[in-house]
This record gives sequence, structure tokens and C-alpha cells, in this order.
Amino acid sequence: MTTITQNSVPTTTRRPVRDEMIAFAIMTVLLLVVPFTGVYPFFVMQGLCFALLACAFNLLIGYGGLLSFGHAMFLGTAGYVSGHALKVWGLPPELAIVAGTAAAFGLSVITGLIAIRRQGIYFAMITLALSQLLYFIYLQAPFTHGEDGIQGIPQGKLFGFIDLSNTDTLYFVVLAGFLIGFLIIYRAINSPFGEVLKAIRENEPRAVSLGYKTDQYKLLAFILSGTLAGFAGALKVFVAQNASLTDVHWTMSGEIVLMTLVGGLGTVFGPVVGAFVIIAMQQYLAGFGQWVTVIQGVIFVACVLTFRRGIVGEIGHLFKRSL
Amino acid sequence: MGGICLADDIILETNGLTKEFAGFFAVRDVNLRVRRGHIHALIGPNGAGKTTCFNLLTKFLRPSAGQIMYKGRDITAMAPADVARLGLVRSFQISAVFPHLTALENVRVALQRQHGSSFDFWRSKSVLDKYNQRARELLDDVGLSEFTDTPAGEMAYGRKRALEIATTLALDPEMMLLDEPMAGMGHEDIDKIAALIKRISAKYTILMVEHNLSVVANLSDVITVLTRGQVLAEGNYNDLTQDPRVKEAYLGAGHG
Repeated sequence: MTTITQNSVPTTTRRPVRDEMIAFAIMTVLLLVVPFTGVYPFFVMQGLCFALLACAFNLLIGYGGLLSFGHAMFLGTAGYVSGHALKVWGLPPELAIVAGTAAAFGLSVITGLIAIRRQGIYFAMITLALSQLLYFIYLQAPFTHGEDGIQGIPQGKLFGFIDLSNTDTLYFVVLAGFLIGFLIIYRAINSPFGEVLKAIRENEPRAVSLGYKTDQYKLLAFILSGTLAGFAGALKVFVAQNASLTDVHWTMSGEIVLMTLVGGLGTVFGPVVGAFVIIAMQQYLAGFGQWVTVIQGVIFVACVLTFRRGIVGEIGHLFKRSL
Repeated sequence: MGGICLADDIILETNGLTKEFAGFFAVRDVNLRVRRGHIHALIGPNGAGKTTCFNLLTKFLRPSAGQIMYKGRDITAMAPADVARLGLVRSFQISAVFPHLTALENVRVALQRQHGSSFDFWRSKSVLDKYNQRARELLDDVGLSEFTDTPAGEMAYGRKRALEIATTLALDPEMMLLDEPMAGMGHEDIDKIAALIKRISAKYTILMVEHNLSVVANLSDVITVLTRGQVLAEGNYNDLTQDPRVKEAYLGAGHG
């Protein structure tokens, strides 16, 4: 797995911060005008949730070099907990989001402590095994309603006065949530912690020889990533108004990997682009039925064979910019 | 080693150090005494157990038997990162830099560790700018001042090794363990790195593993020769070149 990271991480040249700020401004403006363009808002909201999820995943693999193949468990767990909190406990939206995110946090601490002991493919396998374990628990547990999932989740009023059943309002709330999550990840990447994380990704034995207890850094990255993936899952509940097994299934974990690879591993904006590309494909190619999966597979192969840096990574490489 | 060694003079010591891999003894009953302030070289032909020995000392391998004492303290069971924190810092045979970080950032990663804040994911990395001054000094020291903003991966091999030494020096270690610092280098680079090692040895104790006897000839105070995992001979360069056993080990039987 290390080979994927090593070959595709873009080289940082020329004032990356300014480029990233311009890209961030463009992204934010584009997302702000969406409700006025006639694009189906639920499609964009779903995209934002997946984009945040992929960004959280990218924090772990792109900057920590750890490939998790079970990130759906954080998405799904937060979704179930938030959904249950809204529908059964009748909690207000803000507390439901906190509950879902907190559940993902707790889960990431436990799974992180187990998974972080192994590296490379073994790390991926352990995260996959843990997420499958959780999948079968959710299949049986009464509160998830098994195959049916939690349906018809009320959106409620955020802080008691922001009505989330209004599509435009919901859009800006989801957008705000996405931007907050995105900025937290961006800051983590560019923090003293992020520097150590990159050093560990680049050469773990050397980081150890400099006196870093690398397991602790990897665990913190895992917890940050899992918690933010959970935050994405909690937001998604308000968009989809349901929480189902799809979100904890291993194919979802695979899609997260795909989104990040297509957009550009280890790039700041890649996962956002990748997430929108993948869900756009699912949306607009839906007419092809089963063939969507085949088309996705072909894209994955093409991506790995021809443009390993991903869409954003290749663009950045072309213009010698770090995005 | 003439004269009486005071216990204080010995910074690193091994007693009966042994590493067995499923019946094969890569290192067997090695007793090393490294004196403070010395450049001590560990040499031997291929497969003599130099690198295994080295990895035992830096805790990257766990010994099957024996004891490692550093500054009078038993470090046999310690984790590698903890040993590094005690001031015993290693280098690697393949140059160990962080390729996508610039030279300055490479050194800064080492500086940052001692000063805490390495877990702060909520702060901007601009808080690390306070280490830039010291990092530049260190880069200057090894002759890399022009390459401050060059990604380490794009630097020439000899410069990567120099950068590695600058990064190690950033930890302000008491003792440096260098694993074949001249491996794979041209003559010009060898001379530069040798001069650099000589210079830094004024402040630090150095134990280096080297394949080539002539490289360490002018550099080391004491040379230990390993063959088949065991200590064959120890002394300075002149003593060793006279030793028939050393000649045999290097040139094969018949030359002694």
C-alpha cells in the first residue's frame, strides 16, 4: 500500500498556501451559488457529505499513509446514532449531530487502538474486518431496523429556529458543516502535527529514530479521520432522511477509496472533486443499471494505470502547483 | 585501548550481545566498549553481522541474549523512540530523509520533537517558523545553505547524507550511530562526509558501521572487526593491518 502513497504524492513547489487559498475561494463561491443555478440541491448536498467523508479519509491515507478499508463504519455509525437520536429520542438537530459524531469518535478510538498496531495491507484488512463485524451487528440490532433501516427521520429545527425541512436552508447548513470539516482537515494537514504525520508517511523508521512514537501520531490521525467521517455521516442523515445498511457496507468503504483516488490522493481538494465525480456518475448513469459498477471499475483501473495522481493531483503536477 | 578505562569513559557498552535467527547466529556474544568522544568503527566483510549489531544497538531489533548499557543505564528492553530521546541517535544505510519535505522542513521535524507541540493539530504550522533560524544554522554547518527550500528527494545522494546528519545533529545527541555513511558515494563525496564526521566528532561520540577498511583508516580512534557475528579483533588501524586474522577475513585464507 505504501507504493500507492509514495508514487502519487505531489511535490510541493512554489507558494502552496496562496494557490490553495485561491482554490478554496473558487470552491466556496461555486458552492454558494448552487441554489440559484437550478442544479438539484439534494444531489449537491449528498456530494458535500461524501466530499467531507473522502477528505477525512484522505487525511489518513494521503498524509498518514494509512489505507483504511473500513471507513464506512464511521459514516454509518454516526448516521444510525444521529437518526435514532432525532427520531426516537427526539433530540434537536445540533445535539443529534453531536451524538452521531461522538459515537464515531468513540468507535475510532477503539478501532484505532486495534488497527494501528499493524501496517500496510494488514492495517487495511483489520479495518475491513472491524467494519464487517459492525455491519453484522447493525444487521441484527433492533434499533437499526435491519434491512429496512431507520426511515422518515425528521429534520427538525437547528438551534430551535433554523428550519431544516426548507431545502435552501438545509443546503446552507450542510455547506457550512462541510466547510467547517474541510477547514479542520486543512488545518490539521498544515499544523505541527501534520508535519510529523507527513514525516511518518515518508519514512517511518527515520521518524522513530528521531524519537517520535509514531503509533501515537497515527492513532490521533485515525481518530481525527474517523470522527470527521462520522460528522459527514451525521450531516447526511438530514439530507437523506434515512440511515441504512448501505452506509456501513464494505462497498461504501470501497467507494470512499475510489473517490479519493480519482480526485487525487494527498491533495487538499482532490477528494472533493473525486466525490462529486463518483456520485455524478451514479446519478447520471443510473439508467445503465448494473453497468454503473462496471463503469466505475473501468475508471478505477484507468485511474491507477494512467493518471495515478488523480484529477487534482495531475492538474497540480501540470502547473507545478500544490492543490 | 592502552591504560585503565574509567567506567565514566564508556558511553556505550554491550555484554554478550547475541542475535539468533532460527538457529543462525547473526551476532554472537559481542562485547563492545565505546569510549566517550571517540569515533569507533565497526567493520567486517559482507554478512559479518555489522548491520544486525547496529540494529540491536538502536533497538530496531531485539537481542536474543545479552545486555546493552548506555551511560550506565540498561537500555536492552527500551523502545527505539525512547533510546533516541536519551540522545543515542542512528542514521540509516539507505539515506533517510523525508523526500517530499524541503531540507529546512526535514531539519525542523527533528527540532520540533524536543520542543513539544507535535500533537497540536489545531495550530498553524507557522508556529514552527521559530525553528527556522536554528535549522538554517544546521544546514549551513553541513554545507547545504543553498538547498534550504529544495525538496529532499530532489537532492544529490551525498547531499542527502549531509542533510541526514544535519537532521540528526538537530536532536543534539550525545552519541551518533552511523550506518555505512559513505555507502554508494563517489570519492569526492566520501571526502566531504569524512571531513564532516571528523568535524562533528569533536562534540559527539560516533559509532559507525563501515564495509570498507580504508574509509575508516584516517577517521577512527578504535576499530572493531566483526566476522561471522563475532568480534575478530579490535585496535587502531595500524595494529589491525598487521593482524594476520584480519587479512585473512578480508582477503581469504592464503594471504595471511
